[in-house]
Amino acid sequence: MAANDNPHQRLDLVTIQARLKEGSGRRYWQSLDELADTQEFKDYLHHEFPHVPDQSPGQVSRRDVLKFMAASAAFAGLTACTKLPTEKIVPYVKAPEEIVPGRPLFYATAMPFSGIATGVLVESHMGRPTKIEGNPDHPASLGAADAFAQASILTLYDPDRPQVVTRQGRISTWSAFLDAVNEVRAEQQVKKGEGLRILTETITSPTLADQIQNLLKQFPQAKWHQYEPAGRDAVREGSRLAFGQYVNSYYRFDRADVILALDSDFLCYGPGALRYARDFADKRRVVDAASTMNRLYVVESTPSNTGSMADHRWALTPQGIEGFARAVAQQLGVSTGGGATAAPAGIPADVIPALVRDLQNHKGTSLVVPGDQQPPALHALAHAINHALGNDGKTVIYTDPVEAHPVDQTQSLGELVAAIRAGSVETLIIIGGNPLYNAPVNYELRNLFFPLPTTPGGTRPPSKVKLKIHLSLYNNETSELCDWHIPGAHFLEAWGDARAYDGTVSIIQPLIAPLYDGRSAHELFAAWLGEPGKSAHDIVHDFWKNQRPPKDFEVFWETSLHDGVMAGTALTPKVLKPTANFGVGSGSSSSAAGDLGIIFRPDPTVWDGAFSNNGWLQELPKPITKLTWDNVAMLSPATAQRHEVSNGDVVELHYSDRSLRAPVWVSPGHAEETVTVHLGYGRTRAGKLGTGIGFNAYALRTSDEVWSGSGLKIDKTGERYALAYTQFHHMISQDNKEVEEESVAAFARDLVRVTNLDDFRKNPDFAKDSEEKTAVGDTLYPPFKYEGYSWGMAVDTNSCIGCNACVVACQSENNIPVVGKEEVAVGRVMHWIRIDTYFQGGLDNPGTYYEPVLCMHCENAPCEGVCPVGATVHSPEGLNEMVYNRCVGTRYCSNNCPYKVRRFNFKLYSDWTTPSLVPLRNPNVTVRSRGVMEKCSYCVQRINAAKIKSELEDRDVRDGDIQTACMQSCPTQALVFGNINDPNSRVAKLKAQSRNYSLVAELNTRPRTTYLARLRNPNPEIKG
Amino acid sequence: MGPLNTQPPVENEGRPLIAPGHDFASVSDKISAIVLTKGTPRGWYFGFAIAFGLMMLLLFAASNLLMTGIGIWGNNIPVGWAFDITNFVWWIGIGHAGTLISAILLLLRQKWRTSINRFAEAMTLFAVSCAGTFPLLHMGRPWLAYWLFPYPNPMGTWPQFRSPLVWDVFAVSTYATVSLLFWFVGLIPDLATLRDRAKNRASKIVYGVLSMGWRGSAVHWHRYETASLLLAGLATPLVVSVHTVVSFDFSAGVIPGWHSTIFPPYFVAGAIYSGFAMVMTLAIPIRAFYKLEDFITMRHLDNMAKVLVATGMIVAYGYMMETFMAFYSGSQYDRYMIMNRMTGPYAVEYWALIICNIAIPQALWSKRVRNTIPALFIISLIINVGMWLERFIIIVTSLHRDFLPSSWGMYYPTRWDWATYVGTIGLFVALLFLFLRFLPMISIFEMRQLVAETDEGAKKE
Repeated sequence: MAANDNPHQRLDLVTIQARLKEGSGRRYWQSLDELADTQEFKDYLHHEFPHVPDQSPGQVSRRDVLKFMAASAAFAGLTACTKLPTEKIVPYVKAPEEIVPGRPLFYATAMPFSGIATGVLVESHMGRPTKIEGNPDHPASLGAADAFAQASILTLYDPDRPQVVTRQGRISTWSAFLDAVNEVRAEQQVKKGEGLRILTETITSPTLADQIQNLLKQFPQAKWHQYEPAGRDAVREGSRLAFGQYVNSYYRFDRADVILALDSDFLCYGPGALRYARDFADKRRVVDAASTMNRLYVVESTPSNTGSMADHRWALTPQGIEGFARAVAQQLGVSTGGGATAAPAGIPADVIPALVRDLQNHKGTSLVVPGDQQPPALHALAHAINHALGNDGKTVIYTDPVEAHPVDQTQSLGELVAAIRAGSVETLIIIGGNPLYNAPVNYELRNLFFPLPTTPGGTRPPSKVKLKIHLSLYNNETSELCDWHIPGAHFLEAWGDARAYDGTVSIIQPLIAPLYDGRSAHELFAAWLGEPGKSAHDIVHDFWKNQRPPKDFEVFWETSLHDGVMAGTALTPKVLKPTANFGVGSGSSSSAAGDLGIIFRPDPTVWDGAFSNNGWLQELPKPITKLTWDNVAMLSPATAQRHEVSNGDVVELHYSDRSLRAPVWVSPGHAEETVTVHLGYGRTRAGKLGTGIGFNAYALRTSDEVWSGSGLKIDKTGERYALAYTQFHHMISQDNKEVEEESVAAFARDLVRVTNLDDFRKNPDFAKDSEEKTAVGDTLYPPFKYEGYSWGMAVDTNSCIGCNACVVACQSENNIPVVGKEEVAVGRVMHWIRIDTYFQGGLDNPGTYYEPVLCMHCENAPCEGVCPVGATVHSPEGLNEMVYNRCVGTRYCSNNCPYKVRRFNFKLYSDWTTPSLVPLRNPNVTVRSRGVMEKCSYCVQRINAAKIKSELEDRDVRDGDIQTACMQSCPTQALVFGNINDPNSRVAKLKAQSRNYSLVAELNTRPRTTYLARLRNPNPEIKG
Repeated sequence: MGPLNTQPPVENEGRPLIAPGHDFASVSDKISAIVLTKGTPRGWYFGFAIAFGLMMLLLFAASNLLMTGIGIWGNNIPVGWAFDITNFVWWIGIGHAGTLISAILLLLRQKWRTSINRFAEAMTLFAVSCAGTFPLLHMGRPWLAYWLFPYPNPMGTWPQFRSPLVWDVFAVSTYATVSLLFWFVGLIPDLATLRDRAKNRASKIVYGVLSMGWRGSAVHWHRYETASLLLAGLATPLVVSVHTVVSFDFSAGVIPGWHSTIFPPYFVAGAIYSGFAMVMTLAIPIRAFYKLEDFITMRHLDNMAKVLVATGMIVAYGYMMETFMAFYSGSQYDRYMIMNRMTGPYAVEYWALIICNIAIPQALWSKRVRNTIPALFIISLIINVGMWLERFIIIVTSLHRDFLPSSWGMYYPTRWDWATYVGTIGLFVALLFLFLRFLPMISIFEMRQLVAETDEGAKKE
């Protein structure tokens, strides 16, 4: 024991006991404390527990004061924090099967678009759908999903969707509606349905068609009309011209080596586009000098995605396209019914013979594709040409119609209008659609629904139709003037079925109960059939049960649901021969000198107006023009110059006694003397986003000239209109004569590298950066060794068709906000991936090149060094990561980014308040707040999910386990992501190709996103 | 005493630094009277009211900015910085003249600095205050500005020291601190004078506290001299370093038009250029308004004009080399950048800058111009505008068209950009007005020293 130098006598328990004993008399002690209250005990305590502060009770030490002060300050701070709202956690009483919190489930379903199904997989988090992806098992998708399908999830959660049944604008109920239905039913049963009319959009659903047919059986005098403004009347009528019956045709691009597209945008729009794009791209994939490519010839009026992929493209007016087709047909020896036709103006003399030779050299592997908006005669001609080339059954497949009841829809609506005008329609059931907005203007449907006073200021006569019922997703222009409006169920909310482009049936299974008490068309027709209580599920299920053998039906049903396709339901190919004489008259009327042609086209992002209230699609830069939030009157630079107009000038369009004001857009490569207007804008009742933007081109569109016409005059008004676009701020000089710096600079800077296939074979390394440029390894510091994974991406510009699917996929996956037209106009669009578009060549017919640009994840990232707080850092797997909650928003990183891929939340862009948008968000991605920089993360949440899974399974992440959202949605697989440390990964193989190059390599940023050069395969016989 | 002063103080040029006829008392009287006895002139109220109004505009704009975000400005992608950093660099540059006059000219024993150094230093302080608001306001989340300081915290996070913005934080905060100290130390003897001359109690107390017990003893003077020399020594490198660091914000970047090694010297010269222009812009009306022509003489204005010519030529050399290097480098990006400046959408601003900063100031070679007060005033204003344009051109035209043409954009200032900018001018002028009213704008004791030296000079003759 150490010497006891304590002045007081040392005390231990023994002495305490001794002291207790030695006390004289009885000594009471109340507690050990009392006993211990001696200096000795304190010293003893201190000796035993030296860290116990030496203090007597009732005395507060300096340390304590400080401690209390610190604690009070800390607690004071706590009270100042935002009080979190009380949220009650309600556990499942019975846990649903398979739902594991935090782990998404995927369900197969299908999205009907113009009635045609495309298979999708929907990601569901805890019962709420958050993302739509392609279904790899579906023949029309193969895993890809287009912009419309992916953006439709936003429509599901759209707060502007109607939430109640309304009767003449007043809130009503479904049961009140059922009462009304029963009343009318009783009335109509007497009349055998005379006066009962049904108007639907295109229907491929076997179940719905069956219901309608049953209804027509119950009410034999009733009639079913169909109308869709951007439908495929011409395709249907063309098949009838050629074959004497309605026939569905689809294409096998995987077998086509030479393709002639007659104003067809088959890569991006129309049934089967995703599949076509994939097959087309697969025939163009180049690995080395031995690879082959298909060849695409395009003639078109309005520049399109397909046109930009062409090896030869010519801009022709609609009449010119028809003339071109006739000339080709004649030289192929196909009877065109007319006299000899010369090649249309603007086509060099050697072109058509060379093209015909090319087609003839590829009998059975060539393909002529007429556009959906081309006249029926051209379709018939194309059938004849394909037959003459032996393509039918090889690259063109004929089947029975996919539609349940194919009709000429413009005519069908015309019949309905005539009946209404005659006063013979009492009850009109409208399923979906918006005819009052988009019907041909000469039908004056609105006036029939809501007649104008006969005398000015007089009272309005009663509506021509007594009872109008509208079932639709939105309370739109049509619903407004209907007596009943029933909120429709979104395809993610209701059971249904639909056929794909080749007839394959998919069951549409809902992902969520209707958010707003929406009803499906099945339920509505069930009510009309007198079975009001029957659920859509039972209707669809029972229909198919009746169609299939009863044995193992439930297994078949479950399998169909699981796979998203009903096995063996594709329509069987038919062998057909086109009739020799289908009398192709010239479809176009001659026009007076000086008049222009007009072309109507569905809008590339809002289509016929059905997606007007979808912010993702409104803000999606339209291919080639890069416009957002508006439609324009597009014309060629030369035509614009002649009329002395340039971008943003407002012109008055005079066409068939009607006029319309529209802003001009000068479009290089547009046909001369023709103006293209896009449908789908100028809505008056679309919702908060879609109402009142753009101009309504339907106001000029008549039933006679649905897609193109002539006799248009334009007048310059002198007004200007502000357009919001994301590129091309200075594309064309003010006098529309030459391309200005942007595209010129892009080629001077080698951002786009392109050559002909033949030249590539001679010099496969044409795209390689010179050593001088890359300077990799010129550093004194040892490079960082990436052990394990090292992520990277390769973008094959030879495959990119500029379809925008990746942009919406990214927006949906990464909770990217919509900023609005004004913010886009000042340059604050938030998309993490953009499709840069550049032109090369003359303004009359330039080559168009796409380049998807996302974060390069540079090895020497210029953004990382300049961030003052280290909010953007490099991961050991090579990712350039953004730490949102560390970002203070100096924007230095963006300034220093050579690729300008960073996006800044200049305002509070994310919608934090609308309750219906909350479940839309991907729970694995932060919803960014104001003042924070953001950018592409290579979908780091998906990388980590795959890594966690692989670690649980004790293996490495396999190539293909991780698909970034953009890559997943890409129909042509132009974007490939993976581990570049693995030489066998797809991305590593692509990067090893000779076509691989980096953007602005001379900066030595060493990007992980690299590009593969574009190749063209022109016909050597055609010069220029 | 009178006759002794008939001969003005003579320096190399033979023109007076102080008008003849002044003695210790008259100097003290004249300068301190502005603060103590003369009362507040009506013009002061008028000017201050305008400046204060503009300052309120700044508060309004800043409040809106904090509520809504940077989006109220015209900044975008690709132009992430625009008016904000332009104004920051402009204000910081203006401040440099004060430090140069008070520190470097003190060390170089340039006597003529005496009468202008006090308000030049004040100008530095106020300019730095204005400059400081911009880096703060330009951030997306200004309430987290303290993250740029290295402070110990439980998360173990630290600033990212490779970033020039962090260097900026140190450079500017050091600069502000040293400038404030230097200015205040220099004020102490004069504050004591004011204390002694003050008539009312409040002024006596306020000046008394501020003068920190100055009695004018030899020891005080000795310590004062040591302190001001030391501070001058500290401030001297700052004249060079602060704007060098500010220029690193750009030259450390990869953007063509920013990535340049000439920036540090060219920025420092530019800073002094704009600073002297601002001193002149302020000195000319003040000396007229307060009748201080005796103290701020033509000699001063002439000297400052010469400094303007010298620094202006350095700046012109900078522009020339920038253009030359763009072509000599062989880099197409640099070449495009300079062609875009000269012929692109901001060509008007570029040529305006060349005219303001290079062409017009050449008039200062002429002695007649240097001695014409209205001409000097107008030229100094033009240089102020030119230097602002220079920063605007460097920042905006470099950013708006960089490597990928798809991302090219335009920047247009919004009314909030202008409100913030004009607001800081209001803040600057309001502070200046307060300074003129409550503190001696010319160093009294240094002027007395000048008188004394003049006396000695006279005696010798």
